[in-house]
Amino acid sequence: MAEQKKDEILYDHNHDGIDRRGFLKCMAWAGTGALYVMKGGVLNSYALSAMGDPLPKEAKGELTFAQISDSHMGFNKPANTDVVGTLKAAVDKINALKKQPEFLLHTGDISHLAKPEEFDTVDQILKGSVAKDVFFVPGEHDVIGDDGKQYLDRYGKGTQGGGWYSFDKKGVHFVGLVNVMNLKAGGLGTLGPDQLEWLEKDLKPLAASTPIIVFAHIPLWSVYPQWGWGTEDSAQALTYLKRFGSVSVLNGHIHQIMQKVEGNVTFHTAMSTAFPQPEPGKADSPGPMKVPAEQLRDYLGLSDVKFVRGKHALAIVDSKLSEGAAARTENNSAY
Amino acid sequence: MRTTQKWAGIALGCTLAILGGIAAGSPVNEAALKAGDGPVQVKIDNFTFAPTPLTVAAGTTVQWVNRDDIPHTVVSDDKTTFKSKALDTDENYSYTFTKPGTYTYFCSIHPKMTGKVVVQ
Repeated sequence: MAEQKKDEILYDHNHDGIDRRGFLKCMAWAGTGALYVMKGGVLNSYALSAMGDPLPKEAKGELTFAQISDSHMGFNKPANTDVVGTLKAAVDKINALKKQPEFLLHTGDISHLAKPEEFDTVDQILKGSVAKDVFFVPGEHDVIGDDGKQYLDRYGKGTQGGGWYSFDKKGVHFVGLVNVMNLKAGGLGTLGPDQLEWLEKDLKPLAASTPIIVFAHIPLWSVYPQWGWGTEDSAQALTYLKRFGSVSVLNGHIHQIMQKVEGNVTFHTAMSTAFPQPEPGKADSPGPMKVPAEQLRDYLGLSDVKFVRGKHALAIVDSKLSEGAAARTENNSAY
Repeated sequence: MRTTQKWAGIALGCTLAILGGIAAGSPVNEAALKAGDGPVQVKIDNFTFAPTPLTVAAGTTVQWVNRDDIPHTVVSDDKTTFKSKALDTDENYSYTFTKPGTYTYFCSIHPKMTGKVVVQ
């Protein structure tokens, strides 16, 4: 129980049960979310917690949206016993942006155990977002026990099959894919033949110049198959995307920022608003990292600030634990 | 709580006895395998089922206990023979194997986690 003492409320100035000093310390590593700006058909991404406010000058374009992921509502163990607080902080951070994102994407593991009250809590917190539209895809935690029935009842309106769908915003075609259903023993994430067939048809009428953004929970590229961090049949999906000039794939699941450029496709993974996971292969298992909050900064700082430039697609990725972010957290904790 | 720990102790004892039998290549310990002795435990820890494979006599109840701080499930490969709900930390699930055969199972949340029960 010694660990619990770290999370005791020490500075509850507003008598609202929130210790802002401890809380901000937590936010040094609990990812808040990523902001995406589509500019000239090119998607730029910014980790919100590494970003000053207001938005940097370059973060202006024709379409702005934010991604949050892996809120794992219901998780209550070290290193984060306040996943409600960290999700609220992510929403606050997004709300504080001068140029509001037009909508939010939640890339799954909304809940920890697919309990109704966990979904209710997330829905309640997201109601506090200035951006009213939230587009979801399920994570494997959201479909535990009922093959996604509850998830589909709540979020599946107007979707196909296991919850996949597409929509258009300002000339950008968004595709939400589901790769957490019907998982097989020993396997990875799976899209399945029905969804692949739908995807092929969905993309067919589009001009090759249409920017495409695909989002799904489990990475659609092979991050670390030993831990199940990949999707069995994603190669098939990517063949349908080959002819497009600008394709961005946004995933969650691995609770850390990673990116990769492969031809015309840029892959991003987002942090969790709940807890970090180890780098691939750097631990015995992909369980939550329980490093003290003060040290986590160092662990996550390894990725540093990155600028990725592919042949066709660009991605600017600020890893959240840059020096600037760390310093700002310290300053904020002073009040 | 005390009762649970006692059960765990007994179950672990059984498991060790069975493992010992297999490892030594000696005839399986009949006493340990006799149905009705109480559940044989499989521990879920660090995204692994242990012991696996596990050999038990028909009629034995196997109890899986999750010691990870992440939920797991225990689901037979055919997804129908047995299927637990999500087991949070320290929660358990039991299934009684009545028919001899080889039963492979996995965690439906983390399908890389697989295990096997051989029922004699």
